[in-house]
Amino acid sequence: MAASESDKDFVVFDRVQKSYDGEQLVVKDLNLNIGKGEFLTMLGPSGSGKTTCLMMLAGFETATHGDILLGGKPINNIPPHKRGIGMVFQNYALFPHMTVGENLSFPLEVRNMSKSVREQKVKDALDMVQMGDFAGRRPAQLSGGQQQRIALARALVFEPQLVLMDEPLGALDKQLREHMQYEIKHLHERLGVTVVYVTHDQSEALTMSDRVAVFEDGRIQQLSSPDDLYERPENAFVAQFIGENNKLFGKVEAITKGVATVKLPMGGVVKAKAVNCEHGQDTTLSIRPERVKLGASKSSNATDAKVLELIYLGDHIRCRMNVHGNEDFVVKVPNAAGHKHLTVGETTTVSWLAEDCRALDA
Amino acid sequence: MSDVANGPVLAADGTPLKKRLSQALFRSKLRAFGLVIPLLLLILMAFVAPTIVFLKRGVYNDEFAKVMVNSQPLLAAWDVTSEPSDEMYAALVADLVQAREDKTIGRVATRVNRELSGTRSMFTSTARKAAKMEPPFKDALIDANKKWATTEVWEAMKIANKTWTPAYLANAVDLKYNADGSFERKSEERRIHLKLFVRTMEISVIVTLMGILLGYPVAFLMSSLQARTANLLLILVLLPFWTSLLVRTTAWIALLQGEGVMNDLFVLFGLAEDQNRFSLIYNKTGSLIAMTHILLPFMILPLYSVMKTIPPSYVRAAKSMGASNWTAFWRVYFPQTIPGIGAGGILVFILAISFYITPALVGGESGTMISNFIDFHMRSSLNWSLAAAMGAVLLVIVLFLYWLYDRIVGIDNMKLG
Repeated sequence: MAASESDKDFVVFDRVQKSYDGEQLVVKDLNLNIGKGEFLTMLGPSGSGKTTCLMMLAGFETATHGDILLGGKPINNIPPHKRGIGMVFQNYALFPHMTVGENLSFPLEVRNMSKSVREQKVKDALDMVQMGDFAGRRPAQLSGGQQQRIALARALVFEPQLVLMDEPLGALDKQLREHMQYEIKHLHERLGVTVVYVTHDQSEALTMSDRVAVFEDGRIQQLSSPDDLYERPENAFVAQFIGENNKLFGKVEAITKGVATVKLPMGGVVKAKAVNCEHGQDTTLSIRPERVKLGASKSSNATDAKVLELIYLGDHIRCRMNVHGNEDFVVKVPNAAGHKHLTVGETTTVSWLAEDCRALDA
Repeated sequence: MSDVANGPVLAADGTPLKKRLSQALFRSKLRAFGLVIPLLLLILMAFVAPTIVFLKRGVYNDEFAKVMVNSQPLLAAWDVTSEPSDEMYAALVADLVQAREDKTIGRVATRVNRELSGTRSMFTSTARKAAKMEPPFKDALIDANKKWATTEVWEAMKIANKTWTPAYLANAVDLKYNADGSFERKSEERRIHLKLFVRTMEISVIVTLMGILLGYPVAFLMSSLQARTANLLLILVLLPFWTSLLVRTTAWIALLQGEGVMNDLFVLFGLAEDQNRFSLIYNKTGSLIAMTHILLPFMILPLYSVMKTIPPSYVRAAKSMGASNWTAFWRVYFPQTIPGIGAGGILVFILAISFYITPALVGGESGTMISNFIDFHMRSSLNWSLAAAMGAVLLVIVLFLYWLYDRIVGIDNMKLG
């Protein structure tokens, strides 16, 4: 039991705070436990404190307050080169004056490994990322995707238990980025290494992670699995940040059995699942565009909607409407056989289930 | 592929594409050339041409041959070993008469005097009497001055007679060029140039190394600081640039002299006896200190511009892989700053090797450099040919070192910012 307990708390942030100037906290009271072998993503807009957290874990920034534990031991006073944490940087940070092979050999050399061991490990690591033929090249002779793989191999070659990745795919084009997402995910599954991944790209976070920590304003807004994050956001920021979202503002009139009755400023009344709201308080309602149906259905929120704009996207039609006074209310109409054809300017009816509409904080 | 097989690629109108392209680019090339023309002309007229003309002086001198028109072919034909013929004596007298009339005798005398000292007065005094001389001219000349009988004088004249001559270049590297065309090393006490070249190189190398040692940490600090603080430091580094070289050198005199600030401080802290103060100036130490200070910005700026482009993530990556601070610096950071060290080093070295105001003011005897000697021959002894020859030797040394640098470091690796 003890072992599994420590496996669950492989990396621990315990009430960590960070300030650069002594006036503002960049990281406010961070508590986070990362399990062994887990793929955890820190997701957030720039300036939300996610990279600072990663740098504190790597040892390049010191925590102003609180403890960071790795494998049960506090590491606040251990210099970065003794932490044994692999790291992949946004710009790859491959040493330009060394060949690919020398780059990979570097962490092994500083660990005083023998030449034969080094050569074998370098070869294995290069094969792992399908770059076996590139040992003699210089980083500058490689494409962005190839450099990315080498950076990955270099972070893994000395077999660290924890690998940190700081927006490693930020510099790649969209197609390559998606391809690399799968490769990193598969490598993680194969090696069982713990990965802490920082990104501002939500689709990247959802694709790869076991759990996602959404950062905003120096705090974790929500820490949960990708599907929970999308389907069950706990506050308005997460709902807005992850995926597409329709917002309606209103006031909670009553909460009965977890269902809130929300009165909107325009006079409409909406039933919503009470998640993060209190009686008599303002609330933000969050409805995913794909959960809105055209036409009325029984026991659900139905209202008039005026079609403002139609955008044809192949598999679906994006329809911008005026719903309850919100002119940016988006409905995705699947391009299925016999779907309802709308025209701009017409008024139709839209509806959604009460449990698909989440009443969150204002 | 088929285009290559069927000859050159053609443009839409059938002309070869290459021709069409060069026609299209001609106007823009012309405009680009037009923009550089003023500077090009200035460089050609004020730098390239004078350099070539002056370098020519190092191997060409017609001061003697131009004036001594009668003796010139005879001296050239003379085989050195045989006695000078009567014909040569007669020609010499005729030339001396003409030279005195044209008032060019002084120049000839000076020229020969450089090959054999003590002949200057012999020439001028003989020339004064030459108009009255009668044949046989050999006896008449020997009457005027006994030395005319010695072959030494004739050999000196033969050397001076040569217009294209390696004599100055030989002199610049402490060799003596003999009348029979052979070279020999000068006597021990006359070998001064090589010693000077060696000292010049030594001072330049030390100044360059000191520049690297002192400049590297400053550049590193500047590159790792925030932009605002770094700019402030940069201004401090550049401040000496805006001050006259002369002022900076004079300031060092005030600091380093016997009763100067530095020595006062040494005495105050008991590092030196009051009666036995350090001699920090008017010697090599003075040259080294002042030159290092003056040339330091030329080292810091290229280093800084290179260091600024090295992202901190390299060192971080090295540390994350387990490298200690020193290993990360030495294996990862330092190799990437070599282009800056190369650029700064070569810049400082080339500037140092031709430095002359500072050594002239604070160098004293042991801090004198080759440029001071060139300056001496340019302005005091007026031996421009020797000055040109020494300049040429200096140029060759610099070009050789430049080539060496290219072979070892590679000129492409140099970054000036």
